[in-house]
Parts: sequence; C-alpha cells; structure tokens
Amino acid sequence: MASSKFININLKIWRQKNAKEKGKIETYKLDNVSTDSSFLEMLDQLNEQLVSERQEPVAFDHDCREGICGMCSLFINGRAHGPDTGITTCQLHMRMFKNNDTIYVEPWRSKAFPVIKDLVVDRSAFDRIQQAGGFVSVNTSGNTIDANSTPVPKHDADRAFEAAACIGCGACVATCKNGSAMLFVGAKVSQYALLPQGKVEATQRVLNMVRQMDEEGFGNCTNTGACEVECPKGISLENIARMNREYLAASLK
Amino acid sequence: MSLDSKIPEGHISEKWTNHKNHLKLVAPNNRPKIDVIVVGTGLAGASAAASLGEMGYNVKAFCFQDSPRRAHSIAAQGGINAAKNYQNDGDSIYRLFYDTIKGGDYRAREANVHRLAEVSGNIIDQCVAQGVPFARDYGGLLDNRSFGGTQVQRTFYAAGQTGQQLLLGAYSALSRQIGLGRVEMYNRHEMLDLVKVDGKARGIIARNLITGEIERHSAHAVIIASGGYGNVYFLSTNAMGSNVTAAWKIHKQGAYFANPCYVQIHPTCIPVHGTNQSKLTLMSESLRNSGRIWVPKKKEDAEAIRAGKLKPTQIAEEDRDYYLERRYPAFGNLVPRDVASRAAKERCDAGFGIEANDTNEGVYLDFASEIKSKGRQAAYAQGNHHPTDEEIIKLGKQWVEEKYGNLFQMYEKITDENPYETPMKIYPAVHYTMGGVWVDYNLQSTIPGCFVAGEANFSDHGANRLGASALMQGLADGYFVLPYTVSNYLADEIRTGKIPTNSPEFDEAEKRVKDSINFFLNNNGTKSVDHFHKALGNIMWNKVGMGRNEKGLSEAVAEIDALRKEFYKEVYVPGSADELNPELEKALRVADFMELGQLMAMDALQRKESCGGHFREEYQDAEGETLRDDENFKFVGAWEYQGSDINKEVLHKEELNYEFIKIAARNYK
Repeated sequence: MASSKFININLKIWRQKNAKEKGKIETYKLDNVSTDSSFLEMLDQLNEQLVSERQEPVAFDHDCREGICGMCSLFINGRAHGPDTGITTCQLHMRMFKNNDTIYVEPWRSKAFPVIKDLVVDRSAFDRIQQAGGFVSVNTSGNTIDANSTPVPKHDADRAFEAAACIGCGACVATCKNGSAMLFVGAKVSQYALLPQGKVEATQRVLNMVRQMDEEGFGNCTNTGACEVECPKGISLENIARMNREYLAASLK
Repeated sequence: MSLDSKIPEGHISEKWTNHKNHLKLVAPNNRPKIDVIVVGTGLAGASAAASLGEMGYNVKAFCFQDSPRRAHSIAAQGGINAAKNYQNDGDSIYRLFYDTIKGGDYRAREANVHRLAEVSGNIIDQCVAQGVPFARDYGGLLDNRSFGGTQVQRTFYAAGQTGQQLLLGAYSALSRQIGLGRVEMYNRHEMLDLVKVDGKARGIIARNLITGEIERHSAHAVIIASGGYGNVYFLSTNAMGSNVTAAWKIHKQGAYFANPCYVQIHPTCIPVHGTNQSKLTLMSESLRNSGRIWVPKKKEDAEAIRAGKLKPTQIAEEDRDYYLERRYPAFGNLVPRDVASRAAKERCDAGFGIEANDTNEGVYLDFASEIKSKGRQAAYAQGNHHPTDEEIIKLGKQWVEEKYGNLFQMYEKITDENPYETPMKIYPAVHYTMGGVWVDYNLQSTIPGCFVAGEANFSDHGANRLGASALMQGLADGYFVLPYTVSNYLADEIRTGKIPTNSPEFDEAEKRVKDSINFFLNNNGTKSVDHFHKALGNIMWNKVGMGRNEKGLSEAVAEIDALRKEFYKEVYVPGSADELNPELEKALRVADFMELGQLMAMDALQRKESCGGHFREEYQDAEGETLRDDENFKFVGAWEYQGSDINKEVLHKEELNYEFIKIAARNYK
C-alpha cells in the first residue's frame, strides 16, 4: 500500500428508524481512520464506536465488498458511490478524503426505492422488472444444442457482455433527476437483443420489461447522461438507445 | 448410524446413467401437491429452485440478501471448467475426472466426481442457451483458458466476471419461475433452524430480516445451498454475510458434517493492509496464465523493498526467484492452489516476503514477460515484424487489459498502485471450504429429505478444489443432479398432503430460535460481536490455517472453547428483535462459527496426515510436499453432533475406494 496515514473526519449521516418514521441527518466525529481503509471499513469503525457507546449502529447494505454483488449503495457528498468513478461504495477508499473533511452520507433517493432503515433501501422493483422478461425461456433439460453450434460474432458477444456486466446496484436511478431506470433495463434488454439466443422473445421481452418499469414508478429518460457517469460498471447510454429501438420495433409489430 | 454413500453399481462411466434410469419419478400432475424449500440462491440454490419450479413443484426460495442476484457466487472471477475439448488439446470426461480427483489429493469420491465431469459439457450448453455471454474468439466460437492443476484449456470464462455472468444466468432462470408464480421468493430472510417431523426434514424457521418476524415454512423436502464457511476466519474472500448458519443448524439436527478441516487458502489475494480490514480481495487464478510469481533471491533485496528503498522493477532478472517455476517445472505458475499457497508461505517464512505489513507477507505476481510476449505477437499479427519496444509494450498492455481489465482496475483501486507498471503484490487468503455437510450420491444428508448442494456439501473436491470447478459443481448439483434425486425422494410423498406448521415440532424449533435471539438481546455484555469474530479468526488463521501441528491444534480447541464461553458472557448486541438489526444477525452467525471452528480444529487434529489444503507440519516429505497416509486416512471424516459440548462430537468414517483411478502421490514437477 503506497503510503498509509490516518485522518479525522466528521460524518453527517441519514438516520431513519424505519420506513414509516421521519429521518434526519445526525453528526458523528470519527478519528484515526486509515486512508487505506475502504469507505465501508470506515463505517464499520464508526459502528464499532457507536456500539461501544451503547448507541444504535448505522444500518447500511453491503456484502461482497469487492464491487460485484451490487448490494452496497450510498450517496456520498451528493454522488452515487462517492467521489470517484468506475467503482462501487465498497471500492471507495478513504485516501479520497482529507483530514477534517465533512462527509455527507445518504441513502439512494428515489420513489421506487423506499428507505427501509437508515441507509438501507428496497430495490426489489429491479427484481420484478427482471421477472417480467429478463430471461430466455429455456428449460434446464441439459439437452439444448451444443454450445458451439451457433457462432456469435465476437463484436456482438463483447457488447452483450458489457451490457450484462450491470450489477443492479441502482446508482443510475439514484443519480437521475427523473429517477429513471432506463440504463438498468436497457442493459438487460440489450444483452439479449445482441445474442441470437435472446432474439426469439425480443418483442415480448422489451414490452413486458418496460411496462413493469413504468408500473414500479421509475421516471422517464431525458438524456442527461448522469447514469452513465455514475455507473460503477461503465454501462453505456447506447443501451438505452438500443432499448428504445427495440421498443419502437416491438410496438409496431 | 453407518454411512451409506449409495454409490450405484457398475462401471464408473455408466453409474449415473443407470442410476437416473432407475430413480423414481413424480408425475407432472402430482408435482403441484408437493412443496420444496431451497435455502440460498447462489449457483446451486438458484439453479435448483429454477429447475424444480419449472418441473412443477411448489418452490419457496430464501436468501438473506436483498435480491437472489447478490449471492456470493457472483464474485467468482476466473471461469468454469467443462470437458468439451473445443481446443483439441486432449481433454475428455475422463481427464477432467482424473484431474479433479488428483487435484483433490485423492480424498474425493470417484463416482461423484465422474458424474460432475459427465454433466460439465451440458452446463455450458445450458448457459449459452440462456444467453450467458461467454468470451468468444474471432470466429464466433467459445474461447478457453487454462487453470491450475491441468495441462489442457478447458476453462470457459467471461472476462474476470464469470461467476457474475453464470449467477445472473441462473438468476434469470429463477426470475422466470418467480414471474410465472412457480417459485415464491423470500428476500432478506435468514433460515435459523430446521424442523424435523418423524425424523424427516419438514420445514424451516426463518427470520424476516426487515420486520424481525419469525416465520414457519413447511415443505416435503429442504435443500440447503447456503455456501461455504470461510468466514470462520473473519478475514476471507467471502462476502461479509456469507455464513455457516443454515448448514450448522441442520448439523445440530442430525446431519453429519464432513471434513471440516479442508479449507482452501487461495494463493493470489491482495495482502492485508491493517487492523480495520474487513475482508480480503481475490485476484483471479486466471492471472497465473499470464503472471509469473517471484520474490527476490537475496534477502537484502527483500529487506530493501520492504523498507521502500528498492522497487521491484529495479531487481535484475537473475536476482529474482521464480520459485514455482523452479520447484514445479511441469506446471510452473499453474500448480494447484494449495501448492502455490504453501510455496508462498515458505518463501515469506524464510524472510523473502516483500510486503511491508506486520508479517512481511507478500510475493510478486509479475506481468512484464507476458506484456512483452503478447505485445510482440500482436505487432506481428498487424504485419509489423520489426516493432519497437514501445510498440510492443503498448500492444501488450492492450492485450492484458482485454483479458483482465476489470481485475487490474480492481487492484489499482484497492492498493493505489498500477499493475501495468509494477508487479502486483499478492498473498494467500482463505477462499473456499471443501468440507461441508456430508451427503450421499443423491446429495441427501443423513437427515431424510434434507439435501445439500454446492459449496455447502463436501462431496466433489476432496482436500483441495481446482480452480474453475466450484461454478461447475454448483450448477451441476442444481440443474442436473437434484432435479432427479429430489424427485426420487418425493415420489414417496405424493400422498402426504400439506405439512401443517402448527405441530409441536414447529413450536419447539421456533422456541429455540426465539430463545437464542432473546438471549443475545438481553445479554449484558460489553464487547461487540466483531470483537469476538476477530478473536476467533485470529486463532483459526494462526493455528488452523496454512500450516497446522498437533500442539497448535490442541491449543486451538481449548482456546475456541474458552472464547465461546466468553462470547456468551461478554457479547453486547444493541437494538431489538422486531426490526432490521445487523448486529443481531452477526451474533447469531458468529455463535455458529464458534462451534464450527472448534470442530475444524478437532478434525485437523485427528487427521494425522497432510493432504491438499490440510497441511500438518509433522507430515511432509524432504521437499516440503504433503505426505498422505492412505493406509490410515483414506476416508471421509463425518462428525455427528452430540449436544452443546463440541468436544463430544463423534467421528464416523466413510472409506474411499479408488476403483478406476490408481491412487498415487500427487506430482506437479
């Protein structure tokens, strides 16, 4: 590790007992934070301090802590996943902050992601969109055709992979002024639209997923591009354009 | 009870086919009368729930995360093995079978491993049909790479995110069934006990992690696919929430726990940075295709590096010790994980470690040679037969970025060092647990109706798992084994009818859970759960880690026992039972880790041999390689719970028979 040092910080954290009660920002002081610590390790340290003072620790979502499960969220100083690009909150390191910095930590803010407690939100709307059409309808017989019998041009396979790299964290929704989920849905629609295996159901898929997205209360896209900037996996806006083309084609059928 | 592995008769290549042909079936019209519970939604759980739902059973699936897509299978990086022989380098089902048995140091069941190799090809077909975007070459066909312990290229991959892509594939199949109403999904629910009625698994008690409500769920069969127990070490590559609770609860209800001491310490992880570290990050084994592992030949160079006076790039080629290539010329940097990990420890213990942390533990993983060689190839491919060094390095870096870009980026974000310019620093870390709940050939535990799949069971990897085999096993169990074997069990349940949840058995199980929750919330201790978890991890890593010996293990058993008592006396858990309470969740999990940790030390103590990931320092050959004792220890050690004193657990032995592979000393030289 290049050069570790320790800093003292002030934290302004959103506390909310549960979905029904009103929340507010609380202030905490935390000393001796290693700059090699990740942001979530810093929160662990805060919670350890709170527990030792017999206070209730801050609830936040996290699991893999290596940027792939998509469970961690957090709006940090007004930015989804904090002041760095191409990362999730668990990959944000305290070396991005300076001694005596004040750091604001809030949950994802969106109508479709209600707060459960403190910094934890409910993203099950994403699951329901996936359930509406984010799949290829193939049973697990084990008797499908040989994997190499349908060549897929490398260019298409690579684009499909890039779209499929979405981790479903919801940063796109949280950062969008309209609370739109079109980057998330566009990525899933694109992955399948680009592969021969997904083409068969393309029409139904895009119609069903978009319908579910609207029902969940996500906003519309006005091409600000904020989602692409904050997406930890660099999912491209092209996927939204592709989804719109798919949707138009499906609507005309 | 004696252990009956139920391995079918016949030649190894016919066992599974014959067995399937004779398993009982449940007719489609009877399936909706039958309920199945699946705990865990990783590769094994999601694929099992999707397959059983699609067959027509009523499936309830549970995960503690906010969505089934978060399960820790998602973090697997490198790839999935399959005996497709697409690269025409001599691969076959037999070879995959053989490599896996040998890689497991001859401590896995032949019949299970052969079945795994047989269905491996189907997994790839299935995943491609589901739209999993595997890496392809320019002809549009699937690409492969090599992994440790093999001499063929049979690993399918999707950049460094293969686990993610496979899990999202299984999640899509599961989502389809949820959408169709055939699977009922319970997110943010944790299984806290198993309910047995007349000796059979008949349901679970689960806690809704948001409301704290304790729920009763009944079923005709329960499948546990809750993953491994690496977090017993506190620091591991597992996700923070990964835990042994579901598996341990069924153990306490009578399921034997097999080979708990078999733990995989993965050689290529980012070294520890400090005391606030919460987890360790893996750098995929696939990097060993391209990276060369080394430490300085001279101790004074290692010291200068640690002191920050020397950079690795300043050390001349002849002053570097590529110790894996030196010790294992045939496999080089691609020796199996246990071998690579021990070799790193050996060099660091000898004083050649390069990381300036408390223990000087770290070695280099260097891509400079690969960047040069691939850069040259790329230049030639572009028709440039006289490339300059700069052109070569530029093209080489592009090649590396395409293959491993996300891993390099991840490394840089964590360490603040650029691995394209300076070698990565790596060190072994706890990664995977080969041990787990004992299951027979049908993946059924010693509790009738309770099946265990994926990393949670013990069955396929012996004492060491080969890279890219965990994904294969998870999907094999869920897609292609359980649908047959669970149906066989359920064929006798078509007349049973709905299992009521108001029985005394459910009352008792619910009471156990509530008592335990109330205990922790009312305990008037002063120390946090993490304090105890870290203390447990310390004992485990130092005494039940990469090098183990009789003295250390005996001490560990006693120390963990004492720590457990202190934990119950001193732990403080804030908050209440009827809300989202992560500290309570952790306390319940750590309570189970304490018991398991003790059993792991006991198991390591009784196994007086070295095999795979289990290295007893007393049992090694002159060159420091594992020394197995096939005469006395060629068995699966399966432990039976006897009440809260873990010391009283009883060991049962399942003798391993090698009919089709000649058992031999492992040799990667």
